[in-house]
Amino acid sequence: MLAYYLRLGMRSLRRNPILTMLMVLTIGIGVASSMTTYAVFRAVSANPLPEKSARLFAPQIDIWGPQSRAQGADMPDALTYTDAMALLRDKKAKRQTAIYPVNLTLVPQSERTEPFAVNGYAAYADFFSMFNVPFLYGGAWDMSQDDMHSSVVVISSQLNQQLFQGSDSVGRTIRLDDHDYEIVGVVDGWNPRPRFYDVNNSNGFNDPPDIFLPFMRAIDLQMNTNGNTNCYGSAGRKPGFDGFIHSDCAWVSYWAELPDANDEAAYRDYLTNYAAEQNRLGRFHWKPNVPLRNLVEWLDYEKVVPTETRISLWLSLGFLLVCLVNTVGLMLAKFMRRAGEIGVRRALGASRREIWTQFLAEAAMVGVGGGVVGVVFTGLGALGVGLVFEPDIARLAHVNVGLIGLTLACALLSTLAAAFYPTWRASRVQPAWQLKSN
Amino acid sequence: MHIQPILAALRRHKAGTILIALQIALTLAIVCNALFIIHQRLSHMDEPSGVDEANLFVIRNLWGEQYSTQQVVGRIQEDVATLRQVPGVQDVTASNQYPIEGGGAWDNFITLNPDQRVAMTDASFFTGDASFLSTLGAKLIAGRDFRPDEIKNQGMREKVTSSVAIVSKAMADKLFPKGDALGKSFYAMTSDPITIIGIVDVLHRADVSTWSATYAGESMVVPIRLAEPWGTYYIVRVKPGQLEAAMRAAPKALYAENRMRMIESKDGVLSYAQVRHQAFERDRGMAILMSIICAVLLAITAAGIVGLTSFWVGQRRKQIGVRRALGATHGDILRYFMTENLLISLGGVGIGVLLTFGLNLWLVTRFTLHVLPVTYVLGGVVMLLLLGQGAVFPPALRASRVPPVEATRPV
Repeated sequence: MLAYYLRLGMRSLRRNPILTMLMVLTIGIGVASSMTTYAVFRAVSANPLPEKSARLFAPQIDIWGPQSRAQGADMPDALTYTDAMALLRDKKAKRQTAIYPVNLTLVPQSERTEPFAVNGYAAYADFFSMFNVPFLYGGAWDMSQDDMHSSVVVISSQLNQQLFQGSDSVGRTIRLDDHDYEIVGVVDGWNPRPRFYDVNNSNGFNDPPDIFLPFMRAIDLQMNTNGNTNCYGSAGRKPGFDGFIHSDCAWVSYWAELPDANDEAAYRDYLTNYAAEQNRLGRFHWKPNVPLRNLVEWLDYEKVVPTETRISLWLSLGFLLVCLVNTVGLMLAKFMRRAGEIGVRRALGASRREIWTQFLAEAAMVGVGGGVVGVVFTGLGALGVGLVFEPDIARLAHVNVGLIGLTLACALLSTLAAAFYPTWRASRVQPAWQLKSN
Repeated sequence: MHIQPILAALRRHKAGTILIALQIALTLAIVCNALFIIHQRLSHMDEPSGVDEANLFVIRNLWGEQYSTQQVVGRIQEDVATLRQVPGVQDVTASNQYPIEGGGAWDNFITLNPDQRVAMTDASFFTGDASFLSTLGAKLIAGRDFRPDEIKNQGMREKVTSSVAIVSKAMADKLFPKGDALGKSFYAMTSDPITIIGIVDVLHRADVSTWSATYAGESMVVPIRLAEPWGTYYIVRVKPGQLEAAMRAAPKALYAENRMRMIESKDGVLSYAQVRHQAFERDRGMAILMSIICAVLLAITAAGIVGLTSFWVGQRRKQIGVRRALGATHGDILRYFMTENLLISLGGVGIGVLLTFGLNLWLVTRFTLHVLPVTYVLGGVVMLLLLGQGAVFPPALRASRVPPVEATRPV
């Protein structure tokens, strides 16, 4: 029977090609606009480390007091060097690292090549195990090298390709600024997006970092942060690098791995006690305020998804809604025009259920058509997102099998939803009245 | 035209009527808000930088060696001299940032006395030498420019305080609303007062972010040559028409002078047109997307009205025939459908106005957008009423051509 209904539906759709095309196009465009903006939204709101995101935490400490937030400003989203060092000394988490972005000059050994800029992070050995960093060659430096302030470096596979043509470069040396570093590991193309551990400094969607080096080595060499520095007020800061790192300026990112809820609660207590201790020491004069957010909460707090992306998604959904209302109207017109036909079928014994099946089958065909049009337009949309979103974000929007499936499903389901009322009306047609009026 | 019979007929087409009205309402809500977003983004993109954009380009120069502050000062002076020799170059200045640079930027809290904790403004902070204003082409409207002997050198994190500054008119007016800013002092995160010695007409902030919208155009220049170990920006003014040639020649001249530097091939040398293009990328994208949505939405709504009205006309051929046979003219039938659409549209925009303000309120609270001006809603209402009348015209015209004989035909 379904095959017969599909044939009937096809015939009916062909009888009125303009109206059919209008419905198919409306559904297709509505679905495509939503899917294109959703592809971008999905890319920027993705969880970059789903297997661990619930157990990784970024602490904050209220170092400036409530008065610093009088104008609606928020707490600094980084720690001071002093606090980061204190937390690292106590080692209350299973793993922990302080991080800050650096920008260095790589001086090639051959005289023929120009020096070029590399960027990366100063971090602790735990960084690599905490964040599940995969290695192509070698591995992370070990904790003793953190303590010895060793001159070692982990490089990206891109940099390894550029300098060593992709060969195993572990044990070789590169010159950064005026110092030599021994390569201990080559990262295997690792670039989580958004780059959760640096969203307080960057938009989170940049090219992968070139290098990682021990935090204390960077401090010894007085490397400046390539990220944000937030200071409050102007008093009591001494000049020079030493004055800077011992000031109340916040610029060190900090991450802790806490394997379960008990550890999390214990760490919260620890942070509160730490802040209370600072009160006793006379450094703070306010109630301890130490938010601890996990990775997902942190991305949300840092507003990693740009406002533009959110507004676009919502307006596209609104747009889809209008398209659906439009489709309901057109289908209602189309179905009710055939009241006579329905009357005859009902009089000949077709049940209401049969009428439902017949018209939903017809609607499903419109939905499939809309889905195909939607996939085509989503593809065009994905090519065109570069016009609308920044390059860093636009290139993340891919059309994959999942998105195509979602587009088709969305088109089919929304069309069936739109067909619900017109079909109900069609099934309520009174056969006697229709036959009489003819 | 009697409205009574139209209303009576509409009551028999409740579903279709409600659907058209709802569609008009939703369209109005989305289009008004989208147009407002477009307008805001466009006006943001049009903000004047205050500099001679047509004849400026910027070089991001990173040092290839580690230098002391004194060495950096020497390098900058050599580079500026080299750039001045490049054919077509009129003037050169080095700075920490430049107007509408976009991205991360340097700004300072400004207070009127050293103990004040709540800032008056968060001014964009430029370091410049005696040729900063003349190179940029910023217009000094009061006071004087820096003298060469006022310029101090400042290395990374060295504490160098300047006792004078040139500020933008917007900042001067914010600090001293009476317009007597020249000669007055303020504080910029240090305990030393800074005296305003000059006021420039317009000098855009280095950033173009939304957070700084309340401080729009508020910027200051201090007579400091920033000699930091990472590098510096060279802002180069060329003689009219020489921009492209000078942009190609400048990095070559710099490398020829000293190769231990890095000027990235991608973004190392940017004309001001490129600077503006990059800075307002998000705004342009948003404006494009909203325009597409508006256009397609209006087209779909118009198509929906045509479709549904056509159906009604088809359904009522017999009744139209009867009316025609009883003496109704073409015009009567045409006007009937036009009026019917007008009534539905009026109902739609009535609900739509509420939806529009509702959507706007939601956008304001959730995304800190601005409150929609009433003119936009009025414009949107007129636009949708006209769209409805335009869309209903073709099917109405077809209805008016139904011959009276239709009344006698069996269906």
